[in-house]
Amino acid sequence: MDFGLSEEQDLLQRSAREFLAQECSPQFVRALLDDEQGFSPALHRKMAELGWTGLLVPEKFGGLGLGLLDMALLLEEMGRAVAPGPFLFSSALATFALMRGGSSAQKKAWLPRLASGEAIATLAFLEASDRLDAAGITLKARKKRNGYLLSGTKMFVPFAAVADVFVVAVRTRGKGEKGVSLALVERDAPGLTIQPLDIFDRTRRVYEVQFKETPIAGFLGKEGKGWKLLAQLQDLACVGLSADSLGGAQQALDMAVEYTKVREQFNRPIASFQALKHMAAEMVSEIEPARSLVWYAAYAFDSRASDASRAASVAKARLSEVYTRTTNKAVQMHGGIGFTWEHDMHFWFKRAKWNEFAFGAAAYHRERIAHFDGY
Amino acid sequence: MDLTYSKEDESFRQTVRTWLKANVPKKDKTLSDLPPNDPQRIQRAKDWQRRLYEAGYVALGWPQAYGGQGDTDIMRQTIVNEELVLARAPGLIGASGLTMLGPTLLQVGSEEQKQRYLPTVLNAEEIWCQGYSEPGSGSDLASLRTKAELVGDEFIVNGQKVWTSGAQFSDWMFCLVRTDPDAPKHRGISYILIDMKTPGITVRPLVQMTGDAGFNEVFFEDVRVPRENLVGELNQGWLVANATLFHERNMLGSTTRTQLMLQNLIRLARSQSRYGQPAAEDPIIRQQLADLTTRVEAMKYHSFRQLTDATRGRQPGIGAMVNKLVGTELNHDICALALEIMNSYAPLNRRASHVIDNGIWPYEFMFTLGLIIGGGTSQIQKNIISERGLGMPKAR
Repeated sequence: MDFGLSEEQDLLQRSAREFLAQECSPQFVRALLDDEQGFSPALHRKMAELGWTGLLVPEKFGGLGLGLLDMALLLEEMGRAVAPGPFLFSSALATFALMRGGSSAQKKAWLPRLASGEAIATLAFLEASDRLDAAGITLKARKKRNGYLLSGTKMFVPFAAVADVFVVAVRTRGKGEKGVSLALVERDAPGLTIQPLDIFDRTRRVYEVQFKETPIAGFLGKEGKGWKLLAQLQDLACVGLSADSLGGAQQALDMAVEYTKVREQFNRPIASFQALKHMAAEMVSEIEPARSLVWYAAYAFDSRASDASRAASVAKARLSEVYTRTTNKAVQMHGGIGFTWEHDMHFWFKRAKWNEFAFGAAAYHRERIAHFDGY
Repeated sequence: MDLTYSKEDESFRQTVRTWLKANVPKKDKTLSDLPPNDPQRIQRAKDWQRRLYEAGYVALGWPQAYGGQGDTDIMRQTIVNEELVLARAPGLIGASGLTMLGPTLLQVGSEEQKQRYLPTVLNAEEIWCQGYSEPGSGSDLASLRTKAELVGDEFIVNGQKVWTSGAQFSDWMFCLVRTDPDAPKHRGISYILIDMKTPGITVRPLVQMTGDAGFNEVFFEDVRVPRENLVGELNQGWLVANATLFHERNMLGSTTRTQLMLQNLIRLARSQSRYGQPAAEDPIIRQQLADLTTRVEAMKYHSFRQLTDATRGRQPGIGAMVNKLVGTELNHDICALALEIMNSYAPLNRRASHVIDNGIWPYEFMFTLGLIIGGGTSQIQKNIISERGLGMPKAR
């Protein structure tokens, strides 16, 4: 029985923290807020050089062949840095979809390029209905002589503007889980257009993606059998987002505590006031136990434990709320300055809200827990 | 990371489980109707601890020289704690001696003190109570005023303690007393051991909101205590007490009890009808149940993490500081939801007709509120976390 990180994992996390402090400072994040795509090719390249983009990719495709727990440690640090960019969606979600669902030709075509950072992928899952279940997948893929064509719209697709390839959840028949397929669509496929959606978290750009008689580059796995993998991708996303939230919450707490130690009112540091101490202590008392939820959910995913989906929901339900509560308190502990555009705290405050709703908010996952636990 | 137990640990768990199955005392209706302090109940509780000790399952880590097992394997200690909870075994009547006095003596006691007191703590031959709080000294414990004057080779003790659990049946008290009234408050306190049969001691039960008289006021009037009953140095009692006051690792295994409470709560929600439907089908109750589930799961894995840190020989960090705060509030919240589910049935006492689960929920609802206060209130815990954990300065 051992529920702790290995030396290598400790080292990975520490070096990620140091790297991001250097390469993805709040000033860097701020500069990217005004970038058209919210993406830094230079940062992406550096992360690729460290092997991060290939962290999950098997060694024979040029990756490190590590697991979600290792990935979660990286994502925690990216959450701490509110790192902008498609990393979670490309290097975790879409990459995993290719690893699990791809044919050997598809893997050979994409995994080495994704691992090296040369290509970026994303996941096109949601539609206007914002549903997370199989019934929400209505984008039709119709069979034609030369393959399948897509016509319709996907919503809230992360970083579509920089993606070379899309993993698109489509419907090839039926209404429920049967008939959901995962299609691979290349960026330059005819009829594919993207429209940015103006959102408040500018570190997490999302797009409306339209398909008009757009040919697909094949299915990941069998046609009509994509739901199982898509459900697994949702679990993966929940763990990844929870890790991001954990790191972000920790950073918001650290910043707030630091600020209260230097800010003086009534001739003393405001950190000496119990009202603020107790807020900080409450943040700690939520964050510390939640860390173990992220670890367990990642471990359960990696070891294909029977409760892996439940663990993902438990982590997502808890971290969604903990991150939001923590950043809310952190803003308040900063007082007026925390409410300004000029101060960095709003980066985390907004990211918390993005993470909270993506792939199911807390209430949605609590209902799932109820199902898993048989009531 | 690997959550499977070793073969040796699994087989140890099986051995413990088998022993407990055969030996955990059955519920005795005639006994449980007696007041908690009835001599028959006390004797039965002592017998249970003695048998558990003789089987080798009490305070495994204590050295063999003082009657312990000398087994410092944290995993086995945790397994015993977990199995005791799962077997719904009664708590140990000698808990204060086992978790507070024992570790203190092991750390700072003299050789004579260890030999004299530790063996009887283990086998429940002597029961200990804790003499810390006073009417004027709760959260500000170091302001305590019970006075002990050193006259010749005896302390003369005068004053009053309060919230003293088990004083009415305890043989001994480990007690904080003021031995230097002129020193700064933390530096004039001593830690002494008082025989509860000494003339001049009066124990007066205090009835809690649950209706039980679990704790007491203890009055001292010219109580004579031999100087050799001093633990550690004179006037160093604050350090002596603090050495073990925050034994965070005592929390290991305690999340098992919380998990069990949650299971019982879910069972209650499924069986109990509320406003015309099973409570577990009410969307709001479902949300609350699942929310508690996420918090219980967090504490479960949080304790695994601390257990791993302990087996790796790491000092407990800020994570361990939240145990008391989070654990006690979580237990209370579980009971609060149980009461909400029971609705009109919630206030029914144990002997009422139509009572649910023998009235355990309202009882625990109150009892767990006491635990939020006792041993350092939640507010004090937050001060500890923010000051010692986060380095936020003390108020001036």
